[in-house]
Amino acid sequence: MVDNSLILSIVTFIYGLAGVLYLISWIFRKEMPGRLATRISWVALAGNTIGILLRWVQSYRMGSEYGHAPFSNMYESLVFFAWTIGVIYIVVERRYKTRTLGAIAAPLACLALAYASLEPSSAIEPLIPALKSNWLIAHVITCFLGYAAFAVAFAVSILYLVKSKEELKAEGGGLIHIPPSELLDELTHQLVMFGFLFLTVGIITGAVWAKQAWTRYWSWDPKETWSLITWLIYAALLHFRMMRGWRGRRIAILSILGFLAVLFTYFGVNYFLSGLHSYGAFSQ
Amino acid sequence: MDEKTKVSPGYVDSLWRFLVSLKLTVVVLLCLAALSIIGTVIPQNGPSQAYIQEYGPFSYQVFALLDIVDMYHSWWFVGLLLVLVVNIIACSIDRLQTTWKVIFDRAPRFELSQYRNRNNRIDVKVQPPASQLKALFERWLCRRFRYCKVVSTDKGFAVTAERGRWTRLGVYAVHLSIVVLLLGGLVGSKFGFDGFVKIPEGESADTITLNSSGRLFKLPFTIRCEDFTVQFYEGGQRPKEFRSSLIITENGREMLRKQIVVNDPLYYKGIGVYQSSYERLESTAKDVPEKLSADAPIELTFQSVESGIIYTRTATIGQPVQIPEGLGVLTLERFEPEAKFQSMSLGPALLGKLVSPEGEVQTITLPLRFAKFDAMRRGKVIIAAAAQNAAPAKERYATGLQVVYDPGVWVVYAGFILMILGCVVVFFMSHQQVVVEVTGEEKATRIMVAGKSNKNRVGFQFTLQRMAKHLAQLAEGDAKKA
Repeated sequence: MVDNSLILSIVTFIYGLAGVLYLISWIFRKEMPGRLATRISWVALAGNTIGILLRWVQSYRMGSEYGHAPFSNMYESLVFFAWTIGVIYIVVERRYKTRTLGAIAAPLACLALAYASLEPSSAIEPLIPALKSNWLIAHVITCFLGYAAFAVAFAVSILYLVKSKEELKAEGGGLIHIPPSELLDELTHQLVMFGFLFLTVGIITGAVWAKQAWTRYWSWDPKETWSLITWLIYAALLHFRMMRGWRGRRIAILSILGFLAVLFTYFGVNYFLSGLHSYGAFSQ
Repeated sequence: MDEKTKVSPGYVDSLWRFLVSLKLTVVVLLCLAALSIIGTVIPQNGPSQAYIQEYGPFSYQVFALLDIVDMYHSWWFVGLLLVLVVNIIACSIDRLQTTWKVIFDRAPRFELSQYRNRNNRIDVKVQPPASQLKALFERWLCRRFRYCKVVSTDKGFAVTAERGRWTRLGVYAVHLSIVVLLLGGLVGSKFGFDGFVKIPEGESADTITLNSSGRLFKLPFTIRCEDFTVQFYEGGQRPKEFRSSLIITENGREMLRKQIVVNDPLYYKGIGVYQSSYERLESTAKDVPEKLSADAPIELTFQSVESGIIYTRTATIGQPVQIPEGLGVLTLERFEPEAKFQSMSLGPALLGKLVSPEGEVQTITLPLRFAKFDAMRRGKVIIAAAAQNAAPAKERYATGLQVVYDPGVWVVYAGFILMILGCVVVFFMSHQQVVVEVTGEEKATRIMVAGKSNKNRVGFQFTLQRMAKHLAQLAEGDAKKA
């Protein structure tokens, strides 16, 4: 059987190819590469899905001790992160009929997978006691749907800022074709709401799980605290938008700030801070 | 302005305005976010020595003064949370009055001219006359909208419809949920406790050391640890399972028996007992059994002094063993837990009789802990008994348990559910009002679909478009049937 990590390495390049084609279609305002990019994104997403499922199956083939849903370490979570970015991007593309976003979203998925391949341990390893729980799947899926929605919102916000700069330079006659700013603004809002809901559910499932595994639903562990910080930033964004009617540039900046907090919650905490989520030592 | 301002002093009024302001909300949210970072960088609740070593004595004094070593429970952090709660309650009271009127309005008013002028309205033309469509449209719309009413106009009729009024409550649910969560946390910290207890296998404990104060706390029951096992995956590095077999007794009576592992704690009387850690106990008889049953197989090694070859044989007590190379017959006679040799303690040992080929009988001692002991006899064969292979020594452990009582947890969980439901309502549902006006014109009938929604205007516009399309199809289809 083909190894899952081989498939996933190939998928990395497919996402990259899709990203390049989206970029070409955006810059040269050509329809053809864009349409091709969409097809290639579907292929990448399918490959990503197969890779995850294969890893799942392979973990069980290695012995019942090893079998688990592939959400247990940095490598596996990055692969799933790429998948969620792919899914959310494709849904947005279909619903809002715009491909420009792909020029940022597809490279993000590619980056996540490329970064995964740099992880020292891509081997399937059996679960440590703390991770043996049914909450693992619910917690990881909800968190990463949230993260991915914020990632795509980040892509939209970058586009928005590029767009507004472009509009300042030359009114309408810019080189780059970007969907109207109102659409981008609306899209950021929708994605942030979606991401916020899933981040909320992710934090909550994590809390219920922590109650079972670590005796307390909240222990101010750095990962928990940083997820709360992220949550607070997006909560502030939603209040500015819904109550103050903030639009455009300021929301885009907040959304970028929020995504930086997401990245720190995801990577920074693991590398710079220590806590329960590092799974290094068994407590006490 | 009016009498109210005169009656209430100015500062009460401005205080209220401050409390209900959005500025306060976002400032508090962002301050909480920024300040929370401190506690993720500076380790919390560590021993004071560690801080002094890491940051120096002066910094430590500052930390201690500002409660930075336990910042999430400091007066300023809790105070900020309190401001958030007050802000949420004030805002909710302030806005709920208007929302309440909208939600419980028995006869909502639809200003038709307002809808006619909306720039999101959609017009479609159909053939059948207005009168024919009245019942049809009414039925279709009333099925989809909770409130719906038909009014007559000059040249036709209009259906006014409304749904999702209650969704305006979603935002209050989300905000209330935060108050509920904090309340649950407060209940837990005021009326709950959590502590740690270490119980060696085969022993019992009813007193825990509280995590917060280090004081001892007596539980209303006794925990007995029957057994603890730790398993590792192949390779031996990665832990697989930590399992304690526990028995809860109350006044000497056994109340509950359960094996707990990480992620599967035991609950008794609302108190949770969690597998948290373990310790290998220092034992005087390390790697060696304290007892040896009569039929336990014992691994014997015979090293021939002449050839240097080592032979292994398995024997039980009382069973004679032929030593290879014709070096004699060994019969193990008994197990001695505390053997002595010239007043030197040897620990557990096996005593046996060696009959040499010449028929000479010798008593030999085989201490389990000292394999080379028999070499001192200077015989033709060196005999050693390895007990751990024959009867694997059971290492003795103590299990480390966290014992936690948190009466606020159900309040917190209720808050969780409220928050999720509230978020779904706030983000994905809206209060929608729709007017479908049908006007008979000279050659055709005009259907106007217009409406407003309190949220997600882009999505609502799609809804209106779909509705207009569907109504037109409905009208034409009906005409064909007729």
